[in-house]
Amino acid sequence: MSKLRLLPLAVVALSLSACGGDGDSSGSGGASGTIVADGSSTVGPFTSAAAERFQNENPDVKVTVGISGTGGGFERFCRGETDLSDASRPIKDEEKKLCEENDIQYTEFLVANDALTVVVNPDNDWTKCLTVGQLRKIWEPGSKVDNWREVDPKFPDQRLTLFGPGTDSGTFDYFTAEIVGEEGKSRSDYQASENDNVLVQGVAGDNGALGYFGFSYLEENQDKLRAVAVDGGNGCVMPSVKSAQSGEYKPLSRPLFVYAKKSSFERREVEKFIEYLIDNERAIAKSARYIPLTDAQVDEARRELRDALDEVKGEGS
Amino acid sequence: MTLSRRGRAGAVVKGGAFRTVLLLSLAVAFITLGTLLVDVFQRGWPRLDKTLLTGVPSFDPEIAGARPAILASLELMAVVFVLAVPIGIGTAIYLEEYADKTKRYNRLLELNIQNLAAVPSIVYGILGLAFIVRGLGLGRVVLAAGLILTLLVLPTTIIATREALRAVPNSIRQGGYALGATQWQVIWRSVLPAAIPGIATGSILALSRAIGETAPLIMIGALTFVTFDPTLLGPFTALPVQIYAWIGQPQEGFRHLAAAAIVVLLVLLLAMNAFAIWLRNRYQRRY
Repeated sequence: MSKLRLLPLAVVALSLSACGGDGDSSGSGGASGTIVADGSSTVGPFTSAAAERFQNENPDVKVTVGISGTGGGFERFCRGETDLSDASRPIKDEEKKLCEENDIQYTEFLVANDALTVVVNPDNDWTKCLTVGQLRKIWEPGSKVDNWREVDPKFPDQRLTLFGPGTDSGTFDYFTAEIVGEEGKSRSDYQASENDNVLVQGVAGDNGALGYFGFSYLEENQDKLRAVAVDGGNGCVMPSVKSAQSGEYKPLSRPLFVYAKKSSFERREVEKFIEYLIDNERAIAKSARYIPLTDAQVDEARRELRDALDEVKGEGS
Repeated sequence: MTLSRRGRAGAVVKGGAFRTVLLLSLAVAFITLGTLLVDVFQRGWPRLDKTLLTGVPSFDPEIAGARPAILASLELMAVVFVLAVPIGIGTAIYLEEYADKTKRYNRLLELNIQNLAAVPSIVYGILGLAFIVRGLGLGRVVLAAGLILTLLVLPTTIIATREALRAVPNSIRQGGYALGATQWQVIWRSVLPAAIPGIATGSILALSRAIGETAPLIMIGALTFVTFDPTLLGPFTALPVQIYAWIGQPQEGFRHLAAAAIVVLLVLLLAMNAFAIWLRNRYQRRY
């Protein structure tokens, strides 16, 4: 019965909720406050690792990271709800328009490289290299290829099973755009999962399997998977840190971005965080299993930051 | 004669087969649960340590912990308990004791509540994002998530409470009226106390559903990296969301961590269910 006496409490809680409208964090200057990041689940661990290191040195700054996905992240970013948006592809035109409508200006920072990796089962001793044409034949919408022999007559008569990320993933967007030629277009009769570890297990357990996902999942599962070289027109190239950095691993090496809201740079903690992220990019990439930037890319990011800061401070004074 | 004897033999065989089928169904449920428990314990064992309870998320699975997630999940439970239980019981009492069931709008109301119980949780997430997070301007905070989970479990609470009220024999009510009690007195002093075991069980089972929800929380922007303790009006993560994020990580260590966090979640669930059973046994009365 005593539970019924809680009723007044509920009323209090409800009225509290009504006046809690300013709960959103919009911290003020100084190296304290809250930095809000959201976006791609591929880039999320990078931003989290950066935040963790940054917080060790700046304990008064709180950084939070969400994984709404690249699209979901931009949707929030362009409404002005976040300071940073993680993205595994560049911002799209309709997202740019939304940002413009809400008067959100931003700077794009390249923070790491990735190589979409095509993998097969280690028992597969026939597939060393696939051309973009062969991959397209396998993955294009309506494709009926279900035997390795149909991919190349030299391959054995072995069932081909396919594993790939689900349609909500930026990896899916990128792969379909580069391989099939049109973003989001893919055959749909494959084993799809948003969880790349499920794909790893699938490929590891099936002799005739072929799958694709981010490079870090290959690195962590070297004993269970084998990577296939991809021929984008200039010969077969294996995915590796080097070939992804040089862009030689074509067309499946991709950039990973963090977008920063320009007005957030007026806050000291955001400026310091981005600066920290660029200065320590290598260490962060290493601890979170990413392919780091090259020297030239780091210099470019520094230049972007300087320009953005000049602009903000110029307007401010 | 022969026909009826054959019929009897057939019935015995059918009875045996039926029993076997029932046992098999039971076995399916038990084996699934057993496998899950063994698997999760095996994987999570190396990480079932103090760091899991006191640490914060990290890129290094060895030092990462789920403290902010566990605390936020407990806070969410508190919000849901404080809101869903009284509102649910109130609605149920009205519908069961006061509402005129011959009126069309009351029947429509009932039907709606039953339908709401079957709505996928992600829909509540979308609703919450539009009306609570953005509409009310609450932002992506613990309280907003608690309100959404409250909406999510309210239908279940209402239905469970109504069942419990309905199970109270009508003679109890009539006895009260015969002694000159008002409707309020009958409900407050006779019907509700008699229904408490059922209400408590139903409410706690509803809470158990809320604690395991992931989809609506991700929808409203629950985070995966929070290193500070959550407050009611601050950003947060929750245990199932943290588990989801860890399972997707490439490093093997995070899978052990996720399994250990699943064990924590299971322990919380079991504790709540055990409490429900205890309450039921303590207050149960037979008529």
